[in-house]
Amino acid sequence: MSTVRLLVGTRKGAFVMTSDEKREKWEVSGPHFAGWEIYHLKGSKANPNRLYASQSSGWFGQVLQRSDDGGQTWEAVGNQFQYEGEVSTHKWYDGSPHPWEFARVWHLEPSLTDPDTVYAGAEDAALFRSEDGGQSWQELAGLRTHPSGPSWAPGAGGLCLHTIVLDPSDPDRIFAAISAAGAFRSDDKGQTWRPINRGLRSEGIPDPNAEVGHCVHRIAMHPSRPEVLFMQKHWDVMRTDDAGETWTEISGNLPSDFGFVIDVHTHEPETIYVVPIKSDSHHFPPDGRLRVYRSRSGGNEWEALTKGLPQRDCYVNVLRDAMSVDSLDSCGIYFGTTGGQVYASADAGDSWTAIVHDLPAVVSVEAQTLS
Amino acid sequence: MIRVVLPPNLRTLAGVGREVQVEVQGAATQRAVIDALESGYPALRGTMRDHLTQRRRPLVRFYACEEDLSDEAPDTPLPDAVVNGTEPFLIIGAMSGG
Repeated sequence: MSTVRLLVGTRKGAFVMTSDEKREKWEVSGPHFAGWEIYHLKGSKANPNRLYASQSSGWFGQVLQRSDDGGQTWEAVGNQFQYEGEVSTHKWYDGSPHPWEFARVWHLEPSLTDPDTVYAGAEDAALFRSEDGGQSWQELAGLRTHPSGPSWAPGAGGLCLHTIVLDPSDPDRIFAAISAAGAFRSDDKGQTWRPINRGLRSEGIPDPNAEVGHCVHRIAMHPSRPEVLFMQKHWDVMRTDDAGETWTEISGNLPSDFGFVIDVHTHEPETIYVVPIKSDSHHFPPDGRLRVYRSRSGGNEWEALTKGLPQRDCYVNVLRDAMSVDSLDSCGIYFGTTGGQVYASADAGDSWTAIVHDLPAVVSVEAQTLS
Repeated sequence: MIRVVLPPNLRTLAGVGREVQVEVQGAATQRAVIDALESGYPALRGTMRDHLTQRRRPLVRFYACEEDLSDEAPDTPLPDAVVNGTEPFLIIGAMSGG
């Protein structure tokens, strides 16, 4: 009998939700770290009971937590994130140079093979790695010190490295995405990086071939096809079939191609999910209707999934790390909202139920499938 | 022993109640108190002051004996009432954010 465990980060603490494979009844524990912002929690694929959590506060800074029992108990580990070498500047909102300053960890990505190795994506944009279970962190400075770095400017949420995708077929390859610099790829374990933004078109960037400056919101990969990536950009849903060398738009018939989340069905590499948001000035669903859109053709042709989701007076947002899939035979999809709901579908999105209704604003959702 | 009152979020982090007691080595100063806190409760490292610069985090304040000591130099001796345990050293998350 398998179980599913959801790791939910919110503005005021973390929650752990567990269910059997029917995914009908859920036990909810939390809040863990009550009162703290939990941007992200994620478990190791190599040891699912090894969890990492990014805990932060505008008052008290960054804390990193680690659990070795699936989230029942936690231990604060290292929270010193020091940029390597002489720290230069990036572009500020007004165009002036601004010193790189560490603010928080947005995303944690455990190694696919070693529970003690974990990557952390930070604001201001930088990638860190720990090889000792989070006790100490070293910056992979080749990304931040890319020659384009001084031209990177923050998105509305800050200059954040929010997406880290590890290639399961090539341990040397890492993808990262930064708002609002774009997508980057390393083919040497994170030592050197290059932008992979060809084909992205962004309003406000006159140069259609701009190497950086794109506000990428999220990238998703199916592990069976690591050359194929799906992207929810600030505007536009995109895909690449060559590991980011070129991107093409697949927004198709979406009611809005603005949004944050994007994910891939566990067993169907061409089935993808997004949650359209009306616009960057509204940050709520079009028409007050919360709809997940599914494409079974790798994009362009989308169907609205509404059963069980509010279809009137709904003005929540779904943030970039707040969607995840499990790996049961009937693929489960989960997402959380800024209104504090966590929705679950045990039938690949055909129908939805709310596990909880009234959490603090949900920032992240990660699903673990446990045997 | 010096009595230290922690703000709620740091109590949660350290797994302690409202007040803890620390013993400082040498002169009783803000720096010595924070050193002792970070030594006794490693989870608090970096939450009250920057790891490298040792500067107080901007929204953390230090009070004692109805005085705001936040802008005192970190090696300034603490008031006698704090040193002899009559009054606590208060670590406060500044009111901020509406």
